[in-house]
Amino acid sequence: MALAAESQFHVLAVDDSLIDRKLIERLLKTSSFLVTTVDSGSKALKFLGLGEDHGSAASSSSEQLEAEVNMVITDYCMPEMTGYDLLKKIKESSALKNIPVVIMSSENVPARINRCLEDGAEEFLLKPVKLSDMNKLRPHILKGKCKDQQGKNNSNDDLSSSGSRDIITINASSNLNSTKRKAMDEGLSPGRKRAGFSRKNGNSLTVL
Amino acid sequence: MLGMGAGRWEEDMSHLLALLFHQGVLDEHFMQLQQLQDESSPNFVSEVISIYFRESEKLLRNIRTLLLDRECTDYRKIGVYLNHLMGSSSSIGANLVRNVCVAFRAASEHCNWAGCLRSLAVLEHEYCYLKNKLHELFQIEQQRVLAAGVRYHPLLQ
Repeated sequence: MALAAESQFHVLAVDDSLIDRKLIERLLKTSSFLVTTVDSGSKALKFLGLGEDHGSAASSSSEQLEAEVNMVITDYCMPEMTGYDLLKKIKESSALKNIPVVIMSSENVPARINRCLEDGAEEFLLKPVKLSDMNKLRPHILKGKCKDQQGKNNSNDDLSSSGSRDIITINASSNLNSTKRKAMDEGLSPGRKRAGFSRKNGNSLTVL
Repeated sequence: MLGMGAGRWEEDMSHLLALLFHQGVLDEHFMQLQQLQDESSPNFVSEVISIYFRESEKLLRNIRTLLLDRECTDYRKIGVYLNHLMGSSSSIGANLVRNVCVAFRAASEHCNWAGCLRSLAVLEHEYCYLKNKLHELFQIEQQRVLAAGVRYHPLLQ
C-alpha cells in the first residue's frame, strides 16, 4: 500500500533504440514511475528546457513545472550525442544539475563506467535492464530531492556540493524491500549475479 | 469438456519454451517480457516482437547489401548494424542470435569478407529459426486464450 505522502516520480528515458525505449518505458511504468521517452540527447535537453544553445533554461517557470523531471535514464551509445555527453550537459546546467542521471549500456567497459560515475552519474546499469534494476532508482531520486531541499534551506556543503555523495538511508518508500535496500546501501549483494555500479562516498567507487 | 483444452495448450507452450531455453535460443530476458505484460499493456510482448522482426529484417537486408561488392565493403557500417541487432536481440532474450552477431562482428573487424558471408548465412538461418519458433509460441498462446475464453464466456456462466 502506497504511503499518502508518496508521489509519482517522473523519469525521462533516452534511447535511440525503439525496442529499448519500449522496454524501459514498460519497466518504469510497472515500477510506478511516470515516463517520457525520447530518442536522442538533444531531444532530452529540449524536453528539460535547455534552449538550442544548451545553455539557457526555459524562460517560463510554469513550463518547467509541468515538465518537472525527477530522473534521467539514458543509453550510453547514441549517435551525435552520447549518454555521457548528455550527462555532462545536465551537470553543467545550474537549472538541471541536481537531477539524478543513470546511464545504461550493453557494454561492460570499466573505464567508461568509472568515467560516468566520476562525472556525476548516480548509477550505471548493464543492459538488458531488469525489473529488479528499477529498485535502484528511487533512492537516487529521493536523495536528489533531499539535496534540493537542503540547498534551499541552508548552505550545508556536505549535501549540496556535487563532491560528496554520501548515501542517505530513506525509510519513506514502501516499494523497496528493506533488506535489499540495506544491502544496496552497504554495498553488499553477494547473491546478485549481474554487476551494477554506483557511487558511495565521493572518492571511492563500489562495485556491487 | 470445457476448460480442458486450455491445459493442453499450456503444456505445449511449456514444452516449446523449455526446448528453446535448452537450445540457448532464448534466455531469461524473454521471460521478463512476459512479466511486463499485464492488463494495462496486454499486447506488449507481440508489439515488441513485431518491432524486433521488422528492425532485424531491415538490418539483415542492409548487411547483405553491404557485402555485395567485395572490393568496397564498408565493414565499419556492418559493425554498426550488428551492434544494433545485438542490442535488440539481447533486450528481448534472443540469446543465440545475439551470440552469432558477436562472432560476425569479429569477422567484420578483421575485414574478412568470406568470414562475413559465412557469418551472415548463419545469422539469417538462426534468425529464421527464432522467428518460426516465436510464431509457433504466439499461435499456441492464441489457442490457449481461445480455449480458456470458451470456459469463461459470460453467456456460459
